[in-house]
Amino acid sequence: MEDKKRNEAYNKYVAAKIPKTKPWPALFNSFWVGGLICMFGQGINDIFLLIFPNLSQQTGWALTLITLIFIASFLTGIGVYDQIGKFAGGGSIVPITGFSNSITSPSIEFKSEGIIYGICVKMFTIAGPVIVFGVASSMIVGLIYWIVGLF
Amino acid sequence: MDVFLTYLIVFLIGGFVCMIGEMLIIFTNITSARILVVFELTGVFLQAVGAYDYISDFAKAGINVPIIGFGASLAKGAIGAVKTHGFLGIFTGGLTATAGGIAAAIGFAFLFSLIFRSHTKK
Amino acid sequence: MQREQTFKLKKKPKIIGSYSIVGPKEGNGNFGDYFDYVMKNDCFGEDTFEKAERKMLETAITGVIQKAKLQPRDVDMMIAGDLLNQIISSSYAARAFQFPFLGVYGACSTMAESIAVGAVLVDGGYCDNIVCCTGSHFSTAERQYRFPLELGNQRPPTSQWTITGAGACVLSLAGEGPRVSMVTFGKVVDWGVKDVNDMGAAMAPAARDTLLSHFHNTKTTPEDYDLIVTGDLGKLGSEILIDLMEDEGITLGVNYGDCGQMYFRHDQKTLCGGSGAGCCATVFNSYIMAKLRDGQYKKVLFLPTGALLSTTSTQQGDSIPCVCHAIVVES
Repeated sequence: MEDKKRNEAYNKYVAAKIPKTKPWPALFNSFWVGGLICMFGQGINDIFLLIFPNLSQQTGWALTLITLIFIASFLTGIGVYDQIGKFAGGGSIVPITGFSNSITSPSIEFKSEGIIYGICVKMFTIAGPVIVFGVASSMIVGLIYWIVGLF
Repeated sequence: MDVFLTYLIVFLIGGFVCMIGEMLIIFTNITSARILVVFELTGVFLQAVGAYDYISDFAKAGINVPIIGFGASLAKGAIGAVKTHGFLGIFTGGLTATAGGIAAAIGFAFLFSLIFRSHTKK
Repeated sequence: MQREQTFKLKKKPKIIGSYSIVGPKEGNGNFGDYFDYVMKNDCFGEDTFEKAERKMLETAITGVIQKAKLQPRDVDMMIAGDLLNQIISSSYAARAFQFPFLGVYGACSTMAESIAVGAVLVDGGYCDNIVCCTGSHFSTAERQYRFPLELGNQRPPTSQWTITGAGACVLSLAGEGPRVSMVTFGKVVDWGVKDVNDMGAAMAPAARDTLLSHFHNTKTTPEDYDLIVTGDLGKLGSEILIDLMEDEGITLGVNYGDCGQMYFRHDQKTLCGGSGAGCCATVFNSYIMAKLRDGQYKKVLFLPTGALLSTTSTQQGDSIPCVCHAIVVES
């Protein structure tokens, strides 16, 4: 009982002691890097539409995202993306490039354990929840629309 | 001039969305996997209530490039498939709509992990 | 009141040789000039980081046997540990030497633990020469405890940088060198800190506990030591320890230092400093031993702390248990 009180007091003390960093530089960096990545995506989309004017909007965006995923995956491979991430934080996690990075980085990391048990098994250690939550929530949305459609 | 305005909007909205992500990191200490999930579910929700298309028309890449767009296409796929295929659409819709992105992420990750090895952080 | 945690060694085994090997970033740090060997890159010519860590330990052991002017056949026992699961680096390094092997795990406190165990064995007359060795590697620890290297995430301000490096020393009754006069084995202390990015705060209470019982058992005060040095509490953790000791009425003054906090220069961007088993191992076996040998320090209290967590316990929401072992080395 006494231990519990002491632990609570200690944790409170530690929380007060932790150095507070100013959030503004980090927020600013994430803002302009994130904005730049989105602008870059818009540029790719416009170029695709310029080359293939008949593309539907959905196909155009799909091609854009695939291109971004490719670039981010490549930058992860050559060891650049983690440095962008260290600088930009949320700015490079939230765009689809962050998703690509979180799939590529563990698979490169665990390459030393072999192709099956390294690359393939560990590929989703970070991005797995994204796919699981995505699929599950889309099924829920689909189910709701299906039930609503019945009436 | 129109193009310039579009790109400005994309920059501002995209940047703002990413800044919210950074805020979550700073103030709640959550990890990148959770941030991705939170934003993805936001996209699913926006699409489910039908708000996403309006935002997307305005913000374009500013909302499509963040993983919100990925979540939205999951939901959009499911909704569309339910309308055309009925019950089966619940299962096929989401992944069909995002198949390109997921396959690209897996395929390129596999390719590049065969080529490269990890670098020590400086 | 307190059970006897402190052993006063009668014959006071000597540390007749010490060797340290570090990675390039560590070589650029504050202790750069004192290390025996600085690797050009942290792969060390191997194809995986785990193999590099193993090779580092092997190099350290070979190096220390040479520096102690011994032959491999003179070594009676090897006591080693590292941070990887099942302490594989030490075990594989031991495979290369064919010494009787004791694997110890005290996380970042492993160096003190191995010296303490070794000193007791030598003092008891069971062994003539014992090699103690500890190492860690940034890239192997990072992937085991945290995230893949290439993941673009930011490090929280309380996080520390795992040292790439290994240190080794030889304990013996013959020969010349600083003497291990007392050892204090620590208890596992857990004050309910759960943040794995804040190891310093989790480990400071363990250091407090060991320090208090050491001072109590040996009837010494901080003024009796030329240097009191903790392992890898880091910037935040060492400040917390000073506060905690202040509460007990003991002032840690200018003779107190922390290896992790002192390890890197400010511009190396390691936030709260260095950590890992290699942190105190390399500093102890380079800088501290050099100062003890040339007589600048007469009596050093060396008490690295270790966080005994695993990724499984963290994910299950457990707090971080910590331990701290102390040794006193006199020149």
